[in-house]
Amino acid sequence: MQVVSPIREHLVTGGKNYHDVTDDICKQVEGAPTKEWKIVFTIALLVFAYGGYWVYQTWWNGLGVWGLNKTVGWAWDITNFVWWVGIGHAGTLISAILLIFRQKWRTSINRAAEAMTIFAVMCAGTFIFLHMGRPWLAYWALPLPNTFGSLWVNFNSPLVWDVFAISTYFSVSLLFWYIGMIPDLATIRDRATGIRKVIYGSLAMGWTGGARAWARYEDVSLILAGLSTPLVLSVHTIVSMDFATSVIPGWHTTIFPPYFVAGAIFSGFAMVQNLMLIVRVVYKLEDYITIEHISLMNKIITVTGSIVGVAYITEFFIAAYSGVQYESYAFLNRATGPLWWSYAAMMTCNVISPQIFWVRKLRENIIVSFVIAVVVNIGMWFERFVIIVTSLYRDYLPSSWAYFTPRMGDIGDYLFTFGFFFVFFLLFAKFLPVINMAEVKAVLKSSSSEKPRARK
Amino acid sequence: MAHKKYILGVFEDEDVVKNAVTDIRGKGVNIHEVYSPYPVHGLDHVLGYARPRMGVAAFLFGLTGTCLAFLLTFWTLGFDWPMNIGGKNFIPFPTNIPIVFELTVLLASYGMAFTFFGMERLTPLSKPVIFDERITDDKFVMAIELGKNKVSESDIQEALKNSGASEVNLKEI
Repeated sequence: MQVVSPIREHLVTGGKNYHDVTDDICKQVEGAPTKEWKIVFTIALLVFAYGGYWVYQTWWNGLGVWGLNKTVGWAWDITNFVWWVGIGHAGTLISAILLIFRQKWRTSINRAAEAMTIFAVMCAGTFIFLHMGRPWLAYWALPLPNTFGSLWVNFNSPLVWDVFAISTYFSVSLLFWYIGMIPDLATIRDRATGIRKVIYGSLAMGWTGGARAWARYEDVSLILAGLSTPLVLSVHTIVSMDFATSVIPGWHTTIFPPYFVAGAIFSGFAMVQNLMLIVRVVYKLEDYITIEHISLMNKIITVTGSIVGVAYITEFFIAAYSGVQYESYAFLNRATGPLWWSYAAMMTCNVISPQIFWVRKLRENIIVSFVIAVVVNIGMWFERFVIIVTSLYRDYLPSSWAYFTPRMGDIGDYLFTFGFFFVFFLLFAKFLPVINMAEVKAVLKSSSSEKPRARK
Repeated sequence: MAHKKYILGVFEDEDVVKNAVTDIRGKGVNIHEVYSPYPVHGLDHVLGYARPRMGVAAFLFGLTGTCLAFLLTFWTLGFDWPMNIGGKNFIPFPTNIPIVFELTVLLASYGMAFTFFGMERLTPLSKPVIFDERITDDKFVMAIELGKNKVSESDIQEALKNSGASEVNLKEI
């Protein structure tokens, strides 16, 4: 028997029964694409194609199409890479950490968040290949026996750790996502006919929903969550070590690992918020993605936003306290130098803006939530830009100091990943169940506004 | 091929089906399997199934990953082609930990997942026996194989109805 808490808000409204859940979620997969979907998909495809042109320019002409200069050897490429990896983290967080903590509210949003993880990590990977300059030699980063003598990759290098971390993270997330989808694919299979039955049938791999299979399935899910939780923390920790193990003032900071992880959760949740608010309206899923879900995500955004705020202040304090003049200068220059506006944007978007969610009315307002989530994502992009560019553009030699201005190559490549992300996310939302039906059904009895009744 | 005959009890609620399993097993009926659209906690316990131990597979595969990662990092840079990189040790234990961790997680996850697929015979080409297509939608179905039971067909049907089944069907597979 399930216990219904009287003080908890309902996670599924509208008095749904099990069959309603199936119908509501399968409707998107089984029906023809809606007009809204077609319009958004066309826009995404155009952005993807335009960005694709700049990817071609980057690979054909080399990194000269970017605005890099004598001191700024990394700029938008790594900013975008870290930003996209961070975006991806919320998916794993929702599916893994909230599963371990038995948070039922994850059930409506975990599938889309995991999809977001997969595509965001692919976008992040794109920048790795782009900034290599010679992407056809990407396999050099792998520990493969080669023809250059017995020359191996340097396992002491954080960039090699990145190769292992990102590829493991991507493949384990993909596995977690797919295993989580098997029961829902079986539901679609059992409703489909013709070629669709064959396709969804092969994707469902013969799932029948027996009690033994469910018990093993739940065991696998829980262990995968247990494995993914430290994995997700390790990935952004390693990404931060790309900077932290260097000797550049502004990068060589021990606070980076937890600070990057908090930032990743912060920006990831903001992106989940944006995507879920769009999916909610376009697919009319207001009964599944409720105000309670939006409010809970806003609470996480406020907490993690405050954590990164503390990290910014700590960084500043430690730079001054260390007594290292280069370190102190790097931080003062960030806030007051020629790129002060990027620092101001970061502080305003990340630290100040989420604090409005202390007010319940604003936390439960859809438009405010959407706008703040966009602002947070912009702010987190600036955070990475501030760390990377403001640490590099003024090095030890004042004669080398330069200012960074992006060129069309930088902007075009970033647009490419946006197009890529939305094209794939929209394809996912059309052809796969966007909400985890099996898990929503499992919490329906204890979290619905009415007890599920039998189908009429 | 010889056909097997099953009695299917269709239920509407997870608690009812769980109680029904206890009732029917108490009458000495051997239940083939109970199917549900979502995981019903405790159902495997009342059916008398052993606790799933997928963690054993995860541990063994994870251990393999750890050993492989140590072997890879130590052998390549320590023995096959030692390189002096900033005067660091040829076999630096701490800096290899990220690699070891990632490969441990990778092998544990994939090893366990494929063990699960193997145990449940989940392959893209498998042709599952689907007792009722509503199982993956909203019904809880108890399948009882007649050939494996000494209790008569009518008694099983009666027991299913008494324990709350909304439908009792016969199916030959």
